[in-house]
Parts: sequence; structure tokens; C-alpha cells
Amino acid sequence: MTLDFAAILTPQYTQWMLSGAMTSLALFASAWVLAFLTASLLVAIGSAPFRPAQFTVATFVEYHRNIPMLVQIFVWYFAMPQLLPDAWTTWINAHNSEFIFALIALFLNSAAYMSEDMRSGLRSLPREQMEAGRALGLSYLQTMRDVLLPQAIRAALPPLINQSLALFKATSLAMAIGVAEMTYASRQVENETYRTFETFAIASAFYVTLSFAIMALGAWVDRRNQKAAGH
Amino acid sequence: MIVFENVDKWYGTYHALNNVNETIGKGEVVVICGPSGSGKSTLIRTVNRLEPIQKGRITIDGRDVNGADVNVNALRSGIGFVFQQFNLFPHLSVVRNVMLAPMRVHKVPEKTARETAMDLLDKVGLAHKADEFPPRLSGGQQQRVAIARALAMKPPVMLFDEPTSALDPELVGEVLNVMKQLASEGMTMLCVTHEMGFAREVADRVIFMDGGAVLERAAPEDFFQRPQHPRARKFVADIRH
Repeated sequence: MTLDFAAILTPQYTQWMLSGAMTSLALFASAWVLAFLTASLLVAIGSAPFRPAQFTVATFVEYHRNIPMLVQIFVWYFAMPQLLPDAWTTWINAHNSEFIFALIALFLNSAAYMSEDMRSGLRSLPREQMEAGRALGLSYLQTMRDVLLPQAIRAALPPLINQSLALFKATSLAMAIGVAEMTYASRQVENETYRTFETFAIASAFYVTLSFAIMALGAWVDRRNQKAAGH
Repeated sequence: MIVFENVDKWYGTYHALNNVNETIGKGEVVVICGPSGSGKSTLIRTVNRLEPIQKGRITIDGRDVNGADVNVNALRSGIGFVFQQFNLFPHLSVVRNVMLAPMRVHKVPEKTARETAMDLLDKVGLAHKADEFPPRLSGGQQQRVAIARALAMKPPVMLFDEPTSALDPELVGEVLNVMKQLASEGMTMLCVTHEMGFAREVADRVIFMDGGAVLERAAPEDFFQRPQHPRARKFVADIRH
């Protein structure tokens, strides 16, 4: 077998792949930000000394951890539109519904995992931190946001980086509902050129490079935190 | 200013506070001492509702701290609390530790909060450590920052829960000096501490507790020279060694 990258690096195919890469990145970045914010909120709610809140968060987490990611994407794309108000469905369909539903499924799933990571980070903190915040007159949520969560997130940085990688790779599942992200674009190019190996070599290179970039970013944040903490 | 009326507290069946009746006047410095487990920390923690009580009433300037109309965050923002273990926020710089509560609770603009924080750090002798992070400071320095952090809310009352017990002996003095200065400025202070020197020099009164009850109240000199209650006598004899 001879490798022929020139066959797939035509302007047309390059453009498909680049656009796929951009879509993957956009999906990952937006899902990550939403997942991070949602996870912070879930931890704050789930850690409150209020049973119904704990139960609700636990249910959310268990649903997302125990059902395959692909099924969750299908539920959002195929099942949810039947439940949503018509006006919403119409709006979503007019605005790239595949991307939006994939984004929702991905960020909710990732939020569930991230909230568990943050929760274990929270448990590693001394109980007195909450008390110190509350004694100053800060509310429960203010203490969570300004005192506990920043420390919990630092403590949970390694698993959070892992989860970020998992989320990045999971964006490829969005191709199943027709989001033209990197994996979808590769399939398209491969279908046209039959250059299977070359096409997926490029896709793999893309995923590996970005995964390493995410890890490097995580390591940099970790180092900066360590330095700030005086270790 | 602070009045305890028939205060009782139980942890399950354990009677942690037993019918406490005390009045702390404005500007008074009161030292609470007693053996460990005597309820002294529990008592000061009931003042800002870190511990609930089951019976009786605690009022500050006539307002019931456990009253249904009292916002617990507003209440606490007016009562400075200093912990034995300092409990600084390790992820925030020293100056940020002091600025946080005024900015969040009183919505003080960042610039003003920083100026106030720097003044307070200067007062406790740590302005030069403003941008340092707490884990890099000695225990004595951390406790002084914790005092500045509590003072940043401009509380009319300060509660100290064994502020020097976690410190190496040579670091105790610097924290006590800050507390003495506060006392001389007329701050109302309720201090759980065994520091006899501090009590003698600045306290108006010493309260001795054991088994959740106040067994003796006296002027510091009298308490340490001529304790009356047998358990107070034993306690004073023990801490002298």
C-alpha cells in the first residue's frame, strides 16, 4: 500500500476537514464551559444540607453516568423535540438543531461527571472553611463560590482534566445525528476518495494534538495554582 | 451589649451548656476559661449562631440572635470571629482574604476594600505580606491576618476562640499584642483563652466554666490569685504548671 496524502488534501477536502475541525472545537469549547458552570451549580446544590436537593442532583448524576452517551444524544435529538413546546422546536430547527441538541447532551453528561469530581475535591477540604466563610457573614452560595469551589476545583484538577479529554473525544459521537464535526467530515472525505488510512490518520492527528493541548493547558493551570499556594 | 439568659444547649443527651446567664457590657473584655470540654467554645459559638441553642435567649443590643426576623448573614457580619486554627482561605492572597467579606456582604467597591484591608494589615503589622498566600505565613502571622479579616467587617464585637492555642509559644506574643491593642481601643471582646498574662493585663472579668456551667466570675487578679470554686482552684493550679 502506498500512502497518498495529496489525494485528500485538495482544496475541497481540506476545506471539509478544516470546517469539521472548527465544529469539533466549537462543540467542545461551548460544551466544556456550560458543563463547568453546571457542574459548579450541581455541587453547590447537592452539598446543601437539604435532602430533596441532594436527591435531585444524585438522580441527575446517575442518569447521565449510567446511560451510554450515544443514547443520550439520541434522546435529545429524536425524543426531546416531541416534548418541547412547538415554538422552541421551530426555533432550534432553524438554528442548526443537530449542533444544539448534541451540545445539550454533551454538556449535561459532562456536567454530571465534573460535578462528581468537584464533589470529591470538596470533601477533601477542611470543614472549617465553610464555617470561616459563614462566620464572616457570607451566604452559603457566596461561600461556595468564593471559598469552597475554587479550592475544590484545584484539588480535583487531575480528574477534571481527564473529564475534559473524555468530553473532547465524545464530540465525535455527534456525527451520529449529522453534526458535521471532524469525524463526520473524515467519513465524508473517505467516502469520496477511498483514502481510508490517510483520512483517519489526519483525523487522529487532529484529536491527538488537541488532547495534548488540553493536557498541557491543565498542567499549566495546576503549576500556576501550586505556585500561588506556596508549594 | 451581649446578654445570655438561661441558655441551655444539648448535643443529643449531652448537656453542653447549662443555664448560662451572663451580661457583657459595651467595651468590656471578658475572658472565658475552663478545662477542655467545659463548654467555653460552645458558648461563644452560640453568639453568632455557629451553634444553635435549645433553651433560653441570647441578645445583642436587645435583639434576639435566634429571632425569626434575624438574617443570620447580617448578624454574623456584625460579629468578628477568630478561630483557633485561623481558617484563612488558602487560595486567596492575604489582602484578598481581608477584602472578600466587605466586597461580597457590604458590596464595598474593590478599591475601597483594598484600602481598608491594607490599613488593617498595617495595624496587625503585616502590610508587607499583603500579596503573599496564607500557607507561606507562620501561625502567628496567619492569626493576625485572621484578626484583620474579621475587623474588615467593622464589627462592634469580637469573639476569640482559643486564638493562641494552636501557636508555637514564641508566636503567642504577637497575636496577644494585637488583641491588647484592640482592647485598648475599646472593642467589646469575648475571648476563650488560657493566657493568664493577657487576662490580667486587659480583661475586665474572667468567667470560669466547667461542665457547661459558669462556676465563677471574678476580676482577673482575684480569679488567678484567689479562685473560690474548688474546680476553679484546681484549674488555676494546673495551668500554672
